Amino acid sequence: MNWTAIALTFKLAGFTALILLLIGLPLAYWLSFSRWRWKFLVESVVALPLVLPPTVLGFYILVAIGPHSPLGRLYTDVVGHPLPFTFEGLLVASILYSLPFAVQPFVTAFDQIDRRLIEASWTLGVSRLMTFVTLIIPLSIAGLVTGVVLSFAHTLGEFGVVLMVGGNIEGETRTVSIDIYDEVQALNYAAAGKTALFLLVISYAVLLTIYAINRRVWGPIHWQEPAARVRTPASR
Amino acid sequence: MSPTGSSMAEEMIVDIRKSFGSRFVLDVQFTLALSPPTVLILFGPSGSGKTSILRCLAGLDWPDFGLIKVGEDVWFDSNTARRLGPQRRELGYMFQDYALFPTHSVAGNIGFGLRSLPSAERHTRVNAAIALLQLHGLEDVKPSRLSGGQQQRVALARAIVRRPRLLLLDEPLSALDLPTRTQLRGELRGLLRHLAIPSIAVTHDWEEALALGDRMAVIKDGRVLQTGTPQEIFNLPKNLDVAKIVGMETVIPGRIAGTDEGLAIVEAGGAKVIALTPEAPGSDEVFVCIRAEDVVLEPIGSGTTSARNRLVGTILGVTSTGALVRVDVDCGFPLSALVTRAAVEDLHLAVGTRIVAAIKAGAVHIVPHPTGTRSTPPASIM
Repeated sequence: MNWTAIALTFKLAGFTALILLLIGLPLAYWLSFSRWRWKFLVESVVALPLVLPPTVLGFYILVAIGPHSPLGRLYTDVVGHPLPFTFEGLLVASILYSLPFAVQPFVTAFDQIDRRLIEASWTLGVSRLMTFVTLIIPLSIAGLVTGVVLSFAHTLGEFGVVLMVGGNIEGETRTVSIDIYDEVQALNYAAAGKTALFLLVISYAVLLTIYAINRRVWGPIHWQEPAARVRTPASR
Repeated sequence: MSPTGSSMAEEMIVDIRKSFGSRFVLDVQFTLALSPPTVLILFGPSGSGKTSILRCLAGLDWPDFGLIKVGEDVWFDSNTARRLGPQRRELGYMFQDYALFPTHSVAGNIGFGLRSLPSAERHTRVNAAIALLQLHGLEDVKPSRLSGGQQQRVALARAIVRRPRLLLLDEPLSALDLPTRTQLRGELRGLLRHLAIPSIAVTHDWEEALALGDRMAVIKDGRVLQTGTPQEIFNLPKNLDVAKIVGMETVIPGRIAGTDEGLAIVEAGGAKVIALTPEAPGSDEVFVCIRAEDVVLEPIGSGTTSARNRLVGTILGVTSTGALVRVDVDCGFPLSALVTRAAVEDLHLAVGTRIVAAIKAGAVHIVPHPTGTRSTPPASIM
């Protein structure tokens, strides 16, 4: 097996899931709580990667970050080399491609929160930010885990976008799915099979985890109450 | 500073207007005395806009126009575009179905708004609230495992633990079953007296209004129809609308003189009335409540009936209210009866006529008086 490709793929998926958590939380909060009537415009843009062929998405990303676009030129001026066919370029593409897989579970989780709980927190003098951290996140923790794990798993298996934006550079942009494709092209069916099985097992394990969490196989996910926990005579 | 100037500030002024689409307009004006702290009841049928008023007072909704002023502090003023957020109003809000945080324990819920305090102070406050509301042993329990009455206490503890300037209670007892409601009504009354926090409570239950309220505002279709003490409003509704909403024509203060085999003898005015013993024994000071349609008028000297109360009185007034006639009788206390036109003619009912008013013991309702003394809360740590 090509361990370099496997390590690179996990690195890409890990960074993608982490950055999507950071971008996705405020975006999902806004999508769930805003009363702006044109918000569906943003919602449909977020969902676009679900229906677009990866090659189409990859093509537009390539053009957008390429040296002929203002964005691409700016990046080249600042960093010193162009963005396409690098790990960073691949990361940008992965984030956009997996955006709905993180944001949609987040939004669903936020939508299910009883708004009066949030209002109760506000009337107790707790700011909007602290309400988000101490109440909204604990209430939607299962949805947040689902979003992170799904975006991680989805990045593991991407092919078209990687090929368009990243190319096939060993150690830099060659991911597991590209590696499998290469092996098949070279009629190396045994190697391709091993790597494919590896990816299958990993993906299945990840999905098992999500569905088990959502079915509460291990009970509901408990959130610690670090700040709110009050030691009382009974609990000592 | 003049004394009148400072006493002027000791009240809350509410004058707000808000439209909900084209159908419903909220347009209410009332004041609430803050010193001494007063409990105001917003009374009205469901859909009258009571909860919307509370939400505007809490800063969860913005009125379109108007002013909300508490003492010297302006919470909302459409003229100066001042809008104080709910976090900065220092209030306690108890939601109708409590809105307890399912992720947090009882202690976590109560201490939720106290994060900014040093931890020792927080523990003291939470423990005091737990003691006051008798929640010992439930500190680490999640709300989903509590009974309705326990949830109500946790919600109340959470609302008062920050020592708010104003307490807002949305149908505080409506989510409870009847026996629990009767018991907690008495406790809540004692607690509100004890805490001495100006409070506004929304209800459509006349017993709750009488038991809890110092003042009362009757709300219908987003407007205030009448304000006054609960007793005033029940006895002297300003118009037919108010009379229909409150649905209780005679409310007089009385004192339980004794009980016998499930019956209570109550001294009210110059008369003695027999009623069923109240379910939750509280103070001896009570309100005696009688619906006008439960009063039967008979000529003096007619035979005995099953009615336990047969009060001799003089007719003070005869007023037509549509199909029925309201007859006001002085029988030691003012009593209203609703009879048909035919009955008025048959019995020759006129002002000055002596008459017997017969009322079954079961139709005489006893509600503990809000200023009654015997019902004090269990602990006094707060």
